[in-house]
Amino acid sequence: MNANQAAESLLASNQQKELEDLPKDYPLSTSEDEGDKDEERKHQKLLESISSLNGKDRQKLADRSEASLKVSEFSVSSEGSGEKLVLSDLLEPVKTSSSLAAVKKQLNRVKSKKTVELPLHREEIERAGTPLEQEIFNLLHKNKQPVTDPLLTPVEKASLKAMSLEEVKMRRAELQRARALQSYYEARARREKRIKSKKYHRILKKGKAKQALKDFEKLQKVNPAAALEELEKLDKARMMERMSLKHQNSGKWAKSKAIMAKYDLEARQAMQEQLARNKELTQKVAASESEEEGEGQEEEEEPLVPDLVNEVQIKANGLNPWMFRNHFIDAKEAEVQKDLEDPAEPEAQETSESEEEKAVVEEETLLKEFEERRSLRQKSELNHMAEPVHRRVTKDPSSQEVLSDLRALCQKLSTENHQSGKQELSSARTAQREEPAREEEEPMLLQRPERARTLDELEELGREGCVENEELPRTAVEGLQLEKNLSNHIGAPKEKKRKEQMIDLQNLLTTKSPSVKSLAVPTTVQELEDEEERDQRQIIKEAFAGDDVIRDFLKEKREAVEASKPKDLDLTLPGWGEWGGIGLKPSAKKRRRFLIKAPEGPPRKDKNLPNVIINEKRNTHAAAHQVQVLPHPFTHHQQFERTIQTPGSTWNTQRAFQKLTMPKVVTKPGHIIKPIKAEDVGYRSSSRSDLSVIQRNPKRLSIRHKKHLENNCVD
Amino acid sequence: METVPEPGSNVPPKKDRLQTKKKKPRRYWEQETTGTAAGASPGPPRKRKRNRELRPQKPKKNDTSKKFRMSKKPRELKSPRPQRSLSGAQDPFAGPAPVSVEVVQKYCRIDKSKELPHPKTKTRSRLVVAEAQEEETSVRAARSELLLTEEPGFLEGEDGEDTAKIRQADIVEAVDIASAAKHFDLNLRQFGPYRLNYSRTGRHLAFGGRRGHVAALDWVTKKLTCEINVMEAVRDIRFLHSEALLAVAQNRWLHIYDNQGIELHCVRRCDRVTRLEFLPFHFLLATASETGFLTYLDVSVGKIVAALNARAGRLSVMTQNPYNAVIHLGHSNGTVSLWSPAMKEPLVKILCHRGGVRAVAVDSTGMHMATSGLDHQLKVFDLRGTFQPLSARTLPQGAGHLAFSQRGLLAAGMGDVVNIWAGQGKASPPSLEQPYLTHRLSGHVHGLQFCPYEDVLGVGHSGGITSMLVPGAAEPNFDGLESNPYRSRKQRQEWEVKALLEKVPAELICLDPRALAEVDVISLEQAKKERAERLGYDPDARTPFQPKPKQKGRSSTASLVKRKRKVMDQEHRVSGHRGRAGHPKGNALLLAPLASSTCHFSPVSPYPGQNPPEPGAAAAEAREGQAHGGPAVGPGQIRALSQAPGPRRNILSPRPPVGNYPSLE
Repeated sequence: MNANQAAESLLASNQQKELEDLPKDYPLSTSEDEGDKDEERKHQKLLESISSLNGKDRQKLADRSEASLKVSEFSVSSEGSGEKLVLSDLLEPVKTSSSLAAVKKQLNRVKSKKTVELPLHREEIERAGTPLEQEIFNLLHKNKQPVTDPLLTPVEKASLKAMSLEEVKMRRAELQRARALQSYYEARARREKRIKSKKYHRILKKGKAKQALKDFEKLQKVNPAAALEELEKLDKARMMERMSLKHQNSGKWAKSKAIMAKYDLEARQAMQEQLARNKELTQKVAASESEEEGEGQEEEEEPLVPDLVNEVQIKANGLNPWMFRNHFIDAKEAEVQKDLEDPAEPEAQETSESEEEKAVVEEETLLKEFEERRSLRQKSELNHMAEPVHRRVTKDPSSQEVLSDLRALCQKLSTENHQSGKQELSSARTAQREEPAREEEEPMLLQRPERARTLDELEELGREGCVENEELPRTAVEGLQLEKNLSNHIGAPKEKKRKEQMIDLQNLLTTKSPSVKSLAVPTTVQELEDEEERDQRQIIKEAFAGDDVIRDFLKEKREAVEASKPKDLDLTLPGWGEWGGIGLKPSAKKRRRFLIKAPEGPPRKDKNLPNVIINEKRNTHAAAHQVQVLPHPFTHHQQFERTIQTPGSTWNTQRAFQKLTMPKVVTKPGHIIKPIKAEDVGYRSSSRSDLSVIQRNPKRLSIRHKKHLENNCVD
Repeated sequence: METVPEPGSNVPPKKDRLQTKKKKPRRYWEQETTGTAAGASPGPPRKRKRNRELRPQKPKKNDTSKKFRMSKKPRELKSPRPQRSLSGAQDPFAGPAPVSVEVVQKYCRIDKSKELPHPKTKTRSRLVVAEAQEEETSVRAARSELLLTEEPGFLEGEDGEDTAKIRQADIVEAVDIASAAKHFDLNLRQFGPYRLNYSRTGRHLAFGGRRGHVAALDWVTKKLTCEINVMEAVRDIRFLHSEALLAVAQNRWLHIYDNQGIELHCVRRCDRVTRLEFLPFHFLLATASETGFLTYLDVSVGKIVAALNARAGRLSVMTQNPYNAVIHLGHSNGTVSLWSPAMKEPLVKILCHRGGVRAVAVDSTGMHMATSGLDHQLKVFDLRGTFQPLSARTLPQGAGHLAFSQRGLLAAGMGDVVNIWAGQGKASPPSLEQPYLTHRLSGHVHGLQFCPYEDVLGVGHSGGITSMLVPGAAEPNFDGLESNPYRSRKQRQEWEVKALLEKVPAELICLDPRALAEVDVISLEQAKKERAERLGYDPDARTPFQPKPKQKGRSSTASLVKRKRKVMDQEHRVSGHRGRAGHPKGNALLLAPLASSTCHFSPVSPYPGQNPPEPGAAAAEAREGQAHGGPAVGPGQIRALSQAPGPRRNILSPRPPVGNYPSLE
């Protein structure tokens, strides 16, 4: 205890000393300060060790004086105590008991046992013990993955060498964009899936069925084998239908309708429809098979071969396997190609199948309406451009139902075909491609920004990146064009016009340009922090760029046009000559009668410029400086304008200006201006001449004067 | 009642009158000796007059006379016998110098293709006079081009060699010492990326670093005029009308310093300014702010003329159209809007890009606008009414900064690289296929400007300032009275006074400045209507023909109608005839719509369905090119060199003069 007290007193004095010292070395640098603290700590330790020499009660409990995070549940903290806390001390009971001996031993064993060093020795790695390990090693070796050096695989190294920094950066940006787009697609698909409107889904389904039918038809012409396969699927669907009781009058709904059918005409009709549908669905497709028979000769050998083999066969049948591969892998490219062909194709189809198209058109317009309404309601900020792709994505889940619908339609079509007996061969490559494209859409999107493995892949990636750039706007254009075609059918001139404008705009904004050549590509060697940040921001902006820019602009333009239009004047007095009051509106006839239509203004300057809004308002401030009165001899403003085209000294040379501004009458001070004489003008002098009035050149004589003069002369 | 001609003169009176008309008016203080009775008219003898007059004859037919005057032949016609001077020596180049028709066309401002409503006789005579005057002035302006002795420099690769591969070091090696001295780098790494601005004369350079470093110097002599640190972020910097005043957009407010670095003003009404533009003829400082306001500050009186809300968020892209002083703002929704202080709404809004607009530049003729957006595209737009893109290309990183030179070169800063594209001539848009020059800098580009009247491009970047040599960038001839790089202080002060006297009111800024020379039709109509209301009748209205009632049964209704019809037909015929006579080229009229339509569809045509270049552009040139004191020697253009380095590469060889007329300014 004495020692303790002594130590404490020592400590106190020491602190005091320090306090005294403080003012002196106030402006100390921080490092020195730290040094001081260190010394202090050492000093304290020394004191403590001295005090501990005393023996006995060195195990003092540290009392918690201030809040600290390190609070042991045994109220043993290593901070206050003089010694380091050892694990074995904790385990040591106050009295050594036999029950804990076993635990102690165990702990000791754990302690003694060598832990697994993380980077294993080479031999240890190489050794493959279990079969699983063997398999893994096998795989790793096969793919040239590093077993020992985890930093970079040889392939990766090669790829790193192949890529320059800029390339990587550009590609990374592209991938980032792709990911952003993908998230859009996903969100959109989710949203569309959540749509609850039955009508919407029904129409969607119908549309899909029709599309499928069309595709099937094309497929039939181009690739009979695949068509056959499809047919088989159809058959299967038919079987399913026959097995199920879906369209028989046994469901809940059907039963309820059956009760109502006695009184309700609609219910009766619905029931009949259902039955008819059932019939349709369960009918065997006879016509198409008969059609197929002629060409299906060769395929008859192997209709029972499993699908997989068939597929391979199809691929083998193709002209160039490389081409095929391209079709399947470079879906985007295929799409682009399709784009090129597309504008021509729909028209060809239209001419041939205009009758059926009409029905299709109606439905599609309905669909479109749905979508538009939806988009309007939700004010989605999602990418407007991605629309066509979404549609394709959403197709997949309900394909089964589509198939059944498809069958029915197929039958209809076949009968029709029989009637008309016409079969036109349209280039059905699109149909063939459409599906692979659909399949490949998602993998493309799911692509992560992984490093490409091989050089080939790298190249491909590059190509895709290039293609992707063009692809997005193009698809949009395509979609619009299709829409345009549709609207052609309906004959909605207004909408068509708008669409056309939009298309123009699209073309405008996606002007293609020559590829980069001999252009120094900027490198990012040194970047300040903020600049990097800015780059990042820019990338994000780029990813989100193009969202609705066009739509917003068109909307703005429409508003501007509306605002600039002269307003009609409505002079109807509600209640005048008829009943009035709350909820009663003046009749349309009245309104028509008292509506004063504003005269149509001149056509807007930006009428044919889709990407421009020109303000038509008059600049009154500038107008105040313009000439507002026509001077005398001019009868039309254009005449006068022609005479004021060469203004002032700023626009002319000095000599020209001087000549232009020369006064008509020049006088010189100090000279007498004599009155003009008749001789001057070339006339005989006369005594009664009153020409003294005229001082000017005879040229400038007014007519009155001349007449006067003539009279004089005659006299 | 014809006057009887004097017996002494045999000439018929009509001709006589014609002659008198041509004659120079006799002044009353001139000698009265000529008052001989025989002389039909007073005035100096014809010979003297011929000596003096520029245009020898009043042309009877315009077409022929034009040819006469403008080709070389007519000189002989004009003066068949060369004049002899006192010493007896002949003047080998007698008469006025010949000028080519194309050059004259450039200065013509009356569009004769436009049809005028049939004028009365009196009006017609006025019109004829006006046309003659215009022709004469344009001939004079064309002739004054002779005084522009300097020619622009240029780079030319030897047979297919890419000029973009020529480095700055090569150029510096090839040019003379004075020009080589214009290439320099200022290493200023501490104070962040720099914005820079050249004064209008091209003699002074001001730059401001993001971290507050502001300096101005005479960059030719490298004499520093002031250097300060404003201890605040500097967003932009700009000279006002002369190099004595400097506007700096700082983090908070707009400050104005003089050339000593003394703060003169702190304009608190312009806060958080991001970009500055100075309109020299209007004395307006346009500021675009983070708050989305475009503010016009009249620096001559210190008043804010207009504060316009662009309603498009933060404004960080701004440029001016030097032709009509309209401000172009680039927005984040891909549009570029054109503003004038007189209008609360944008004059025009153009959708240019899918992403936001990053940079905008307008060339000196006001015909082309270059924009670059977040979609990595660089586009050149036609500004003359259609606002359609003429050309576009995708750049690997997209251009963050753009600048046009006086002769229409386009510079784009992308990352740490500057690319420059050149067009065919002055008013032609830059072709984006092949860059003219490229240069890599030590830091990211933050500001770009071509130096006026010097073949120099100033680049502010994160590593300081770089002054690049770009042959053929600037106008080789300057107007000594308008912007004289060599002016003394006194001259500058005098110029300042004159410029202030000629200050253009801010409200005159509009898209087409030529429209100011037109009659305000709307108010004219309004005035007419009001007058008619006041008087109770329209004095200008023509009363419809009312046949007089006749006696003896000849005034039957049928005959009245017949007479009426007759008069109507006659009028119709006259007007129709007039219309046909009005068109000197009937065929051309027929062809016109066809031609325009073909033009519209041809992909080659650079201006689809467009009117010919603005006469105003030429006018502007004429204005600049008055050449009052005669053009001084250019301030050191990179001249075409005959001693090019070696036979392998002929960097600076004279370019063939095809489509490369030495323009004024």
